[in-house]
Amino acid sequence: MAKTIKEINERIKKGKAVVVTAEEIIDLVKEKGIKRCAKDVDVVTTATFGPMCSSGVFINFGHTKPKIKVGGGKIYLNDVPAYGGLAAVDIYLGASALPDDDPRNKVYPGEFGYGGGHIIEELVAGKDIRLKASGYGTDCYPKKELKTKINIRDLDKAILYNPRSAYQNYNVAVNLSDRVIYTYMGVLQPRLGNANYCSSGQLSPLFNDPYYETIGIGTRIFLGGGIGYVAFSGTQHNPRVKRTKKGIPKEPAGTLALIGDLKKMSSKWLRGTSFTGYGATLTVGIGVPIPILNEKILRFTAIEDSQIYAPVIDYSKAYPLGKETVLKEVNYAQLRSGSIKIKGKEIPTSSLSSYAKAREIANILKGWIKKGKFLLTEPVTPLP
Amino acid sequence: MVRKKRVVLTFPHSLVDKPITYHLVKDYGLVFNILKARVTPQEEGRLVLEIEGKRENLNRGIKFLKDLGIRIEPLAQDIRWVEEKCTHCGACLAICPTQAFTIDPTTRKVSFDKKKCIVCELCIKACPYRAMEIRF
Ligand code: SF4
Ligand code: SF4
Repeated sequence: MAKTIKEINERIKKGKAVVVTAEEIIDLVKEKGIKRCAKDVDVVTTATFGPMCSSGVFINFGHTKPKIKVGGGKIYLNDVPAYGGLAAVDIYLGASALPDDDPRNKVYPGEFGYGGGHIIEELVAGKDIRLKASGYGTDCYPKKELKTKINIRDLDKAILYNPRSAYQNYNVAVNLSDRVIYTYMGVLQPRLGNANYCSSGQLSPLFNDPYYETIGIGTRIFLGGGIGYVAFSGTQHNPRVKRTKKGIPKEPAGTLALIGDLKKMSSKWLRGTSFTGYGATLTVGIGVPIPILNEKILRFTAIEDSQIYAPVIDYSKAYPLGKETVLKEVNYAQLRSGSIKIKGKEIPTSSLSSYAKAREIANILKGWIKKGKFLLTEPVTPLP
Repeated sequence: MVRKKRVVLTFPHSLVDKPITYHLVKDYGLVFNILKARVTPQEEGRLVLEIEGKRENLNRGIKFLKDLGIRIEPLAQDIRWVEEKCTHCGACLAICPTQAFTIDPTTRKVSFDKKKCIVCELCIKACPYRAMEIRF
């Protein structure tokens, strides 16, 4: 029996919607079967909490007296450069921006202890941020230098906009070389010393809707502790990859561009992150509701870690050279067990995204929907 | 009063096969944990110990070791897990050589057992959230 989003929203408003997480649905389906669950369950909540370098914020810091035009000039927040090539006081701070005087990898491996992602966390936490700007001066914007402090509560607008988030699947990184390497997949010990992965697997949004049947442009989501929306398909979105029989991508596939009001978000779900030898970034908490419109959609949400496969790639040579040969395909249940076997060697596994936090987000979103505080949206247009 | 001390012992090759730890237990009633042990290429022995015992026994035991020609330094660094900063991602799990971190299979939360830590500092670099701190 098919349902519509409108019907589900009616039930949400009445506080009658049945909402479970993408983890809970697995056992529920085993217990009651697809048919029964598709009828009973209205919404399945999915989530992820991992480092996402393609994150950043648009800020409008308001006009000064006299006025300054930062566009075409320079702008720094806590000594970290932001992008000023927009209108007078609109700027964009990217998660991986670094202070000009950060030694980067000159002292190898660099620490990258403070960058754009850390400023975003501090800004959201309500801390004052030092702003230093310079413009070239015009007849209508005569001021050339500005030094001030900004605080999120005084900003006209602060918008989180991530060109790419919530990757549908990702590589498992290993190191076949004889030296330690420092990557965006963490520290990789030589000779298959460890294997790092980064996905919330069975809880991950796009694994639960592998063909983007419900998640589309305009979908309302949990973003950084507040409300956000899917703005577009993300950069590098690529649905045409190898898939399992169940339709689950076996390599990095779909991505989402996300947008939301930073002022309503929380530093608990936007965390400045540092990868030794690689750079600074932002870890973002995302939760996406999936309306159970029919049995097919429900079947997808019942996917479990043991049915989701990721490619193991060597990050010492194959990845940097762009010649990614898959050493092996492993599933997320194996990855989460603490070790996998590659080339006859048992190697310990580590995750970079937090499953515990993803679970927390899925439960928060479930709570919002159950209380009638969060309504579902029809996609404006599907993702490609 | 029972006290605990973390010390680094460096001893010459001539002492490598002496029953030093036996005396610490037998003569001074000290309880100890070997945190790290290795013999360097110069054939020097290095032992990181956590010793526990009554204060006067501890002092006597340390004097006994010094008299044997063993160099004793307090373990200067201390690794701290800042739980509020920890996201329970687990990036430290595979990197730690002594399995000082464990993840609960049910809650998926990470915990840190300081007693197992040998201050190798690998997790400091591996933790993306800077939840592992070193104190000097
Ligand atoms: S790597 Fe850091 S944040 Fe992740 S579980 Fe370990 S201590 Fe916690
Ligand atoms: S310093 Fe970190 S990695 Fe090294 S033993 Fe201690 S906890 Fe493990």
